[in-house]
Amino acid sequence: MTPVLELDRVSFAYRGSAAPVVEDVSLTVADGQSLALVGESGAGKTTLLRLLLGLTRPTSGTVRFGGDELRLGDRELMRRFRRGVQCVFQDPYSSLDPRRRIGSIVAEPLRSLGLETRHTAGPRVAAALERVGLPADAAERYPHEFSGGQRQRVAIARATVCEPRVLLADEPVSALDVTTRVAVVELLNELKREQGLTLVMVSHDLSVVASLCERTAVLENGRVVEEGDTARVLGAPAHPYTTRLVESVPRLPGPRD
Amino acid sequence: MKRLPGQNPARGLTRSLTRSLTLTTGCLLAGAVGLLALVSLFWLPYASDDTSGGRLAAPGDGHLLGTDKLGRDLLTQLMTGSRIAVQAGLGSVLIAATVGVTLGVLAAFAQGWLDDTLSVLLDILIAFPTLLLAMLIVAARSATLESAVLAIGLAQSAVVGRLVRVLVKRVLAQDFITASRTSGTSWPRIVAGHILPNIWPTLVVNLALQFGLAVLAEAGLSYLGLGAPPPNASWGRMLQEAQATFTTAPAGALAPGILLVLLVIGVNLIADGLRDTLDPAARRRRA
Amino acid sequence: MTILDIRDLTIRTAGGRVLVDGLSLSLAPGQRLGLIGESGSGKSLTSLAVLGLLPEGMAASGSVELAGTQVVGASERRLAKVRGRDAAIVFQEPLTALDPLMRAGRQIAEPLRRRGLSGTELRRAVLAALERVLLPEPERIARAFPHEMSGGQRQRVALAMALACEPKLLIADEPTTALDVTVQAELLDLLDALVREREMAVLFVSHDLAVVAKVADRVLVLKDGRAVEEGDVRDIVTAPREPYTRALVASARQLESALDRRSGR
Repeated sequence: MTPVLELDRVSFAYRGSAAPVVEDVSLTVADGQSLALVGESGAGKTTLLRLLLGLTRPTSGTVRFGGDELRLGDRELMRRFRRGVQCVFQDPYSSLDPRRRIGSIVAEPLRSLGLETRHTAGPRVAAALERVGLPADAAERYPHEFSGGQRQRVAIARATVCEPRVLLADEPVSALDVTTRVAVVELLNELKREQGLTLVMVSHDLSVVASLCERTAVLENGRVVEEGDTARVLGAPAHPYTTRLVESVPRLPGPRD
Repeated sequence: MKRLPGQNPARGLTRSLTRSLTLTTGCLLAGAVGLLALVSLFWLPYASDDTSGGRLAAPGDGHLLGTDKLGRDLLTQLMTGSRIAVQAGLGSVLIAATVGVTLGVLAAFAQGWLDDTLSVLLDILIAFPTLLLAMLIVAARSATLESAVLAIGLAQSAVVGRLVRVLVKRVLAQDFITASRTSGTSWPRIVAGHILPNIWPTLVVNLALQFGLAVLAEAGLSYLGLGAPPPNASWGRMLQEAQATFTTAPAGALAPGILLVLLVIGVNLIADGLRDTLDPAARRRRA
Repeated sequence: MTILDIRDLTIRTAGGRVLVDGLSLSLAPGQRLGLIGESGSGKSLTSLAVLGLLPEGMAASGSVELAGTQVVGASERRLAKVRGRDAAIVFQEPLTALDPLMRAGRQIAEPLRRRGLSGTELRRAVLAALERVLLPEPERIARAFPHEMSGGQRQRVALAMALACEPKLLIADEPTTALDVTVQAELLDLLDALVREREMAVLFVSHDLAVVAKVADRVLVLKDGRAVEEGDVRDIVTAPREPYTRALVASARQLESALDRRSGR
């Protein structure tokens, strides 16, 4: 089966800088096999996500969507790509335009992709808001009226309103409180199950990775050092860096012995 | 929905009252000058060049505010002056906004050498004295109100341009712009739908400030004889002419001075009030 | 004897909204207390109030006694004497806590200079402070600006600054939240070792139970500005009594168990 998204020997370096941020990375995202990109800050996770989003062009190598190479000039392909691949960000305060009502924010992909007009978008927006557990009257409100967790739900509603195949998420719960975090993780799991959504998630939180992703790729200094089933990577790490990562996770103390 | 700070009804009321107070006072002040300007288009107590009143006549007796040293009616001059002031302010701000926003948005999007070039260009324009620019334009054209407005507007567009560049860059760094791009929204629509609405509050306050500065600059230029030519009395020219007789007949200088201050304060108050009404989150931020 | 004695601390905004409501707690020398809560629980405000550092427009009432000094209502001059000597604070974001235009060495020297050190003595003390937080090449770090260091190094510098004057109480406000997991683990170990060997009291503020548990013996759970439950870390984590604490622990456990399932532990 053709993978939904594919990075084929992709490298990326900033202009005028010798050291690549991402070096010779090959990854495939198959339908229903959510992938976690794990690594420390500066490991190239976010650059990888931008490459997968078609926002940054690789210095070398190719990004493919459904088997086709991404070319920004190919409008038909890009439209299909934009519809099939949406994203959610870490900071729910920066990811929603403060001057737009929630309804208009959630409707943006529908309108920009030409799926609905301002007047016809209502029902699908309402459905998307309901799916993420927000009240129907949320559409009339502004982002500042919502808490961080609710804003992240709005962002998820926007990203899923056009029913994409892949949701790219950059640390989607790390800015949230623990109880809210669990609720948003559950929401994402639900969307995976019910909408057949495949996640590609950048995260440093291994417990969130374990909760959401079937596969895990570990990045260090712009390279993939280990990749495989999440259970295998976290349970029996092959690379010393992965071992260190797993051992560093702070754990709750058990009962007194 | 959780209750937000500042949604206490009583406090919300006081705040909206202070806000509308700012806006109302501003409208009253600027509106008074605007009204004078408007009326001057249709009716003036005397013709601008009518010197029949006798030199430096005291207020009253056919001349509500008296006359100047050439015998012209002071009220007539003030009224034409307010028209010129409003024209100068609006004209300059229009030029500054159009040129400045365009340059600023371009500079914000430009990368590499183009960004550098545009930034240097804006910096040169800012460093270039408005007075020199005005003299050059007057030399190339003639000493008219339009020349003065052009000079002031161009000088201000550099200031506006640099501000817009910074503001746009700040908005561009926000995640919602990336979200918009990945939603397939085109750049022109992102500029119109996300960027301009988000820089608008700061921009509008700055433009109001520029309006005030433009009125002052026009007064300054006509004080130097680089503005609207006689017999059009602009406030700056009135100040200049009343300078010599300030101790004996202070009204000639005080009247245009006071109107100038009222107009500038009025416009700034309007801008303050507007910024708050335009911003859906302003209430929360002020709490 | 207590280092810190907070009685009925209430913090209000200028508009009268109550952010911390009648909080009481006390810390003896060498005790390590974790202050845990979600955003808006007032945990950070409480830690700021201990040093009289509340943001403008907020007022504290009640009593905060720090090593015998009443902090609530104290003058800036009086507070300046207390800060650094009796208690010091480490913040979440080391990049904003350090002056971007000052070399690390000078930032650490500042509190030491106030204690009367100068010349070679001061230099030696600065390097010693950097060595204490296990920074490699202290000479180089002392000359570096904040932006030339990694997040972990910056937080170590901030810790070195806080410890420079050997305070009796260290306040740590989410000190590892902005760091990578591996760096976090190292910093927590370091913090733990440093305060243990000095028998320093610690007020550790965090939203993360597992992180708090690594440093604190006791925890106080805060919700909407009120104390919900207080007790031994192990007891709270294994047998929470209050519904809110139970929800908090359950959430943390749920995420952790996903990790356990996947990694086969």
